[in-house]
Amino acid sequence: MLTVQNLTKKYLGKTVLNIEQLDIPKGQSFGLVGNNGAGKTTFFSLLLDLIQPTTGHIENHGVQVDQSEAWKPYTSAFIDESFLIGYLTPEEYFYFIGELRNQNKADVDTLLMNFDDFFHGEILNQKKYLRDLSKGNQKKAGIVASFIGNPDVVILDEPFANLDPTTQIRLKGIIKDLASKQGVTVLVSSHDLIHVTEVCERIVVLNKGEIVKDIKTSEATLKELESFFGGSETPQDEIPTL
Amino acid sequence: MFKSFSRLQWKSFFRSSSLGKSLGVKLMMGFFALYFLAMLSVLGSTLFFALEKIFPDTDPLATLSQYLGYWVLAELFLRYFMQKLPVMDIKPFLVLPIQKSSIAHYILGRSAVSFYNFLALFFFVPFGVVLLIKGYVFLNVFFWILGIIGVVLSINYINFIINKSDKALIVVGTLLLACYGFDYFQLLPIRAYAGGLFYALYENPFYAMLPLGLAVLSYFVNYSYLRKRIFLDVSLKKKTAEASSSELAWTRRFGAIAPFLQLDLKLIWRNKRTRSQVFVSLGMAFYGLVFYTMEDFGMQSGMLVFVGIFMTGVFLMNFGQFIPAWDSAYYSMMMSQNIPLRKYLESKAALISVSIGIMFLLSIPYVYFGWDSLAINFSCALYNLGVNVPVILFFGSMNKKRIDLTKSALSNMQGTSATQFLVALPLFGMPMAIYGLLSFFISFEAAIIALCLLGIIGFALRNIWLNQITKAYRKKKYVMIAGFKERNS
Repeated sequence: MLTVQNLTKKYLGKTVLNIEQLDIPKGQSFGLVGNNGAGKTTFFSLLLDLIQPTTGHIENHGVQVDQSEAWKPYTSAFIDESFLIGYLTPEEYFYFIGELRNQNKADVDTLLMNFDDFFHGEILNQKKYLRDLSKGNQKKAGIVASFIGNPDVVILDEPFANLDPTTQIRLKGIIKDLASKQGVTVLVSSHDLIHVTEVCERIVVLNKGEIVKDIKTSEATLKELESFFGGSETPQDEIPTL
Repeated sequence: MFKSFSRLQWKSFFRSSSLGKSLGVKLMMGFFALYFLAMLSVLGSTLFFALEKIFPDTDPLATLSQYLGYWVLAELFLRYFMQKLPVMDIKPFLVLPIQKSSIAHYILGRSAVSFYNFLALFFFVPFGVVLLIKGYVFLNVFFWILGIIGVVLSINYINFIINKSDKALIVVGTLLLACYGFDYFQLLPIRAYAGGLFYALYENPFYAMLPLGLAVLSYFVNYSYLRKRIFLDVSLKKKTAEASSSELAWTRRFGAIAPFLQLDLKLIWRNKRTRSQVFVSLGMAFYGLVFYTMEDFGMQSGMLVFVGIFMTGVFLMNFGQFIPAWDSAYYSMMMSQNIPLRKYLESKAALISVSIGIMFLLSIPYVYFGWDSLAINFSCALYNLGVNVPVILFFGSMNKKRIDLTKSALSNMQGTSATQFLVALPLFGMPMAIYGLLSFFISFEAAIIALCLLGIIGFALRNIWLNQITKAYRKKKYVMIAGFKERNS
């Protein structure tokens, strides 16, 4: 359960994020979409207490994130490659994260077994450091690392970018599974409208830092989003499709 | 073509992020570079007179020539670490309509005017001028200088050939040691051979053709090698070392700080800049020889405390001053992970403490210069352990400059800011002042005991200062995260 109240973030007097009220119930798969500069990454950084809010606050399961660190044990995230430690092998990285989350090697190994398919034989036992892996493979490692230690909240920024089609499809399955079967709150941001509508029960559209849409995903959602980002709200102005 | 390449080079230099550093660092670097060049030319212009005085019966040029063989080997050895052919820069040119041969010529030609080559000239040209003043024949001196330029260029290009394998380095290194050994034990008069060889450069102007010819030859060896390899997957690909996983199971003994300790050890061992610092630190165990063999420093002078603090604390300074910037690449992960900040800092403190212990053990042989030196080094080690470790960790909380671990190790000033210069004051100034005052007004023993006591008190209070430092890091968290994200600082 995440609650956001009167949250704003300003840089040099310019407001980049302004969310009055937002509640994300436990076990929801929550999608965040918006153009570049809409405030998606800012919002996620605030959730992780990586930057300070100008006003307002976020509560994660009742813990105010900028006051206490008690939210850390049950929250995990993969924002970008800066969450990876380049000079470790993927295995070492997983074990390190496991250690921080009180999981021993066997626990981590058991978890990794579920992702054999996802890794496609390109992550484990490659005798390569993370810094030498391709962008896509780095991303895979980072995403899987965020599942270690049974977190209640998982935050993934642009998880689909840079992934190959096969992995994208597998990742969608994994995220749906996390939310529906294991009750994990999953927050995903994406530029790809099709992916989010497929994965998320609820989609929030950010535009210039403000929530402009809050949709419960249905058949019509994709159309609605496309027309919003296409630049026209009303159907008669819709860009003619060829 | 060459002109447009050069113009790009000019821009890349003036727009490089390293030049966009804070003004203070820039000034310092410029100052050091100028100072270095000035010292070289002063040495070049005065060496003649010095040699004349020390060896009154021999021609100073002949004396200098004897050592030039060592110079060549030593420079080859050092350049192996310092100078690499900058092939990566040409990636964007590959798809442009530029002939590959001119790209190759450009890279190689550019290296001829590198800073390293000018270093030697700043020494040899003043020396040559003095030779002329002293009435050496102009033509011969002129060709001697030309010959030396040939040698410098040969070193330049041979270095790139050597650079392709570590074995060549070992060969050069052993050759250097072997020559010195043969000379020292008078098995072979290496210096005399080298002297004859290099003096001939002066005696016979035509011999200048030899080093110049060698330079041209090595240029073309490089050229033909490079020309065939201007492809993305051959020479332009970064080498990726095969990763070796290691468990470092023995660190388990340290309990809760074990995962961080493992991470730090891997950090140090798997990144160039940190790894070379380990070697530099170990090498600094010899630093004391410079001071202990000089007679000017009595036991009362604080200078020996400087040496002691420096020798036992060299890793403390090299590594410690950039905590936590070493972890800057993934600092936001560390801060959002379930990490007890205190354990993180404790592990750093433990690592530095171990290094102090090792460096003290290495400094024990200085007992040869008297028990006093052992006492000084011991008290300095204790002082480092108890006082300087917290001081450097505390100053670390002011670090907010990113360090890119993948960048090369040498002359890398990344992460440096005014903090790094400021921190030297308390690290060295305090113990030197305490020692100087006490040993002057009371006694040597009192000064030593005071340093030891301070160290022990500091160590006993470590829980208190660790808590305070942890608080300081917490407070600076957001500034650090933001700072570490800026790549071009």
